[in-house]
Amino acid sequence: MEKEITQEKSAPQAIDQKSRDGVLLEVNDLHVWFELRRFGFGHAGYVRAVDGVNFDLKDGQTIAIVGESGCGKTSLMRTILRLNHPTKGEVIFDGKVINNLKPSELKDYRSLLGYVQQDPYGALPPFMTVRNILEEPLRVNGIKDKTELFNRVKKSLEEVKMSPAEEFMPKFPHQLSGGQQQRVVIARAMIMNPRMLIADEPVSMLDASVRVEILKLLRNLQESHNLGVIYITHDLSTVRYFSEKIFVMYAGQLIERGNVSQVLNNTKHPYTFALLEATSDPDAKNALVQKEIPPGEPPSLVKPPAGCRFHPRCPHMIEGLCNVEEPPDYEPEPGHFVACWLLK
Amino acid sequence: MEKNNTVLDIQNLKLYFRTTRGTVQAVDGVDFKLKTNQAVVVVGESGCGKTSLSKAVLRLLPRNVEHYSGKVYLNDIETMSLDDEEYRKQIRWVKMSLVPQAAMNALNPVIRVGDQVAEPMSVHYGVKKEEALQQAIKMFQHVGVPVDFINRYPFELSGGMRQRVALAMALVTAPDLVILDEPTSALDVLTQANIFNLLKRIKSEMATSFVLITHDIATSSELADRVAVMYAGQIVEVADSSRFFKEPRHPYSAKLMASVPRLRGNDEPDFITGQPPSLIKPPTGCRFAARCPRRFERCSEEPPVTKIGDDVVKCWLYV
Ligand SMILES: Nc1ncnc2c1ncn2[C@@H]1O[C@H](COP(=O)(O)OP(=O)(O)OP(=O)(O)O)[C@@H](O)[C@H]1O
Ligand SMILES: Nc1ncnc2c1ncn2[C@@H]1O[C@H](COP(=O)(O)OP(=O)(O)OP(=O)(O)O)[C@@H](O)[C@H]1O
Ligand SMILES: [Mg+2]
Ligand SMILES: [Mg+2]
Repeated sequence: MEKEITQEKSAPQAIDQKSRDGVLLEVNDLHVWFELRRFGFGHAGYVRAVDGVNFDLKDGQTIAIVGESGCGKTSLMRTILRLNHPTKGEVIFDGKVINNLKPSELKDYRSLLGYVQQDPYGALPPFMTVRNILEEPLRVNGIKDKTELFNRVKKSLEEVKMSPAEEFMPKFPHQLSGGQQQRVVIARAMIMNPRMLIADEPVSMLDASVRVEILKLLRNLQESHNLGVIYITHDLSTVRYFSEKIFVMYAGQLIERGNVSQVLNNTKHPYTFALLEATSDPDAKNALVQKEIPPGEPPSLVKPPAGCRFHPRCPHMIEGLCNVEEPPDYEPEPGHFVACWLLK
Repeated sequence: MEKNNTVLDIQNLKLYFRTTRGTVQAVDGVDFKLKTNQAVVVVGESGCGKTSLSKAVLRLLPRNVEHYSGKVYLNDIETMSLDDEEYRKQIRWVKMSLVPQAAMNALNPVIRVGDQVAEPMSVHYGVKKEEALQQAIKMFQHVGVPVDFINRYPFELSGGMRQRVALAMALVTAPDLVILDEPTSALDVLTQANIFNLLKRIKSEMATSFVLITHDIATSSELADRVAVMYAGQIVEVADSSRFFKEPRHPYSAKLMASVPRLRGNDEPDFITGQPPSLIKPPTGCRFAARCPRRFERCSEEPPVTKIGDDVVKCWLYV
């Protein structure tokens, strides 16, 4: 495996037009490994943050990627944005392989993608006004005309329901509430009219009420602009109001994929079951019972367990199979994919 | 008789901070009672004063306190009248302890976690180091930290394990009351669920009472016997959890409950328009009035607290 990696690097990628029938983004067998170096020892292995991920996203489609901390969600997104380099596999956007875009092409590519990055409080530069923050991407992309700059900033603020826009433009981030700051982050992601939006935990730092408000806003933007959206979260309870598909990620891999109703109502993977069991709805009866939660913690991504990566915590582990061989993707119903030996 | 089974009784507690922009009335006349071996959750939006309330109860005050008053009874001891030395000897960590917000990141990075858990025992009970360490080992087993982690440093532990260590520290002196400030909000769902399983077990085995502070209403139901809702520095409703999670009384509580996304069931969550008021010169009438769908003329005056059985609500609709 490690050999393949070094070979992969330099293969030049032609821009190939595939027949796409509405597919905006294609992720094929994507691997993102970070080299681990120990002081004095040099190479000390790889962190396999993304380890063989496949999926498509159609124009105007919304998918949610759900999984625990450290399972590779942000690494996957940053690779789609080409902020990380794929170790193996390819990312195809609008028919173009983006693995080896030149710096000049990268700028154009990134203007097609809006990115709401994790950590809303660190996301906005503290010494810039809202107006300057929103003008920056426009300037970077060559827009200089003062009236146009002003009009586009105003329009984007109105789109995220911050009106009168003129009132917010001169403010600094610390003069805004958490929810308003997050709207500015979203306005900035939308200002170049992207075709796709990546929202990485856009609401996890916010109060429940503000959370719902921001998710509804994102949903409206998605509909009015026919955006493809990837919504990253570790909170399953917000997903079904927001997206059409759910992908469940565990230790660098997508272990269950399908429509929201397939994954939530016809759950197949024991890890997905565990996530559902662990997610509470407000109910006084909760205090009276112990939840059945698999013990332990997600595995190391440097030396992931052999076979299924969930097997050390799995209540249904089949000895000699789950701990030996990696499960393939089964398709128990059309469009519902599950990497688990129980479906054999 | 009533008194004997009340572990905590807070009366008209106030904590104001001095800032350049004015006085922040972070805790503004809070009253509530908690029975022995029960858990009350304090819920409310960010900035409503939850952490300040925990500081006021435990007398962990920052330097810019402008005003601090009220009464805090802990098992019949009126703690506010104790001097600092007495308070430290008799109350904090001994009878009442705290797992502070972001505790898992607040452990001392250069002290082994076993020693950190043992410390309250040697400091407050003067037990020998060996004995304190034995006690720490017992606590580790109790909270589900492998005993061989005792010699590790905090950075060698995952977030979930560090949070358990913080919990062990708060429990090692077997206090009557533990205050938990957002104990799981930075953790993954499975870890969160495991920690709540643990808290439930400790509550039944050790007869501990809990004040759980959180803005996460769904998970708060994992421990709650009682729910107290805080808004802009004040408690606006206290109710039994069985009542509260079904049918909260205060319009703010109702809105708060309606904003919780649910995994099961079909109600679309809804948000509360507007923002909470500033705690510097808060509005004179009901503090929620500006956002309240049910406000009427009287709401421009401050509502009294209405008792309904054991529950209370601060709203003109119930007067
Ligand atoms: N640049 C990097 N160099 C080395 N390791 C990295 C790098 N970026 C991420 N990792 C590691 O890759 C793994 C996946 O991290 P990632 O941030 O993608 O997880 P995540 O699912 O987004 O987690 P969270 O929910 O906490 O945001 C982690 O073990 C992380 O420490
Ligand atoms: N030492 C202090 N000096 C001045 N103001 C303070 C101080 N500590 C807290 N505040 C202010 O008091 C108010 C209540 O803060 P507190 O931390 O108690 O809220 P909280 O309900 O715990 O919020 P969160 O859910 O975000 O933790 C806020 O307006 C905060 O800015
Ligand atoms: Mg992340
Ligand atoms: Mg707080």
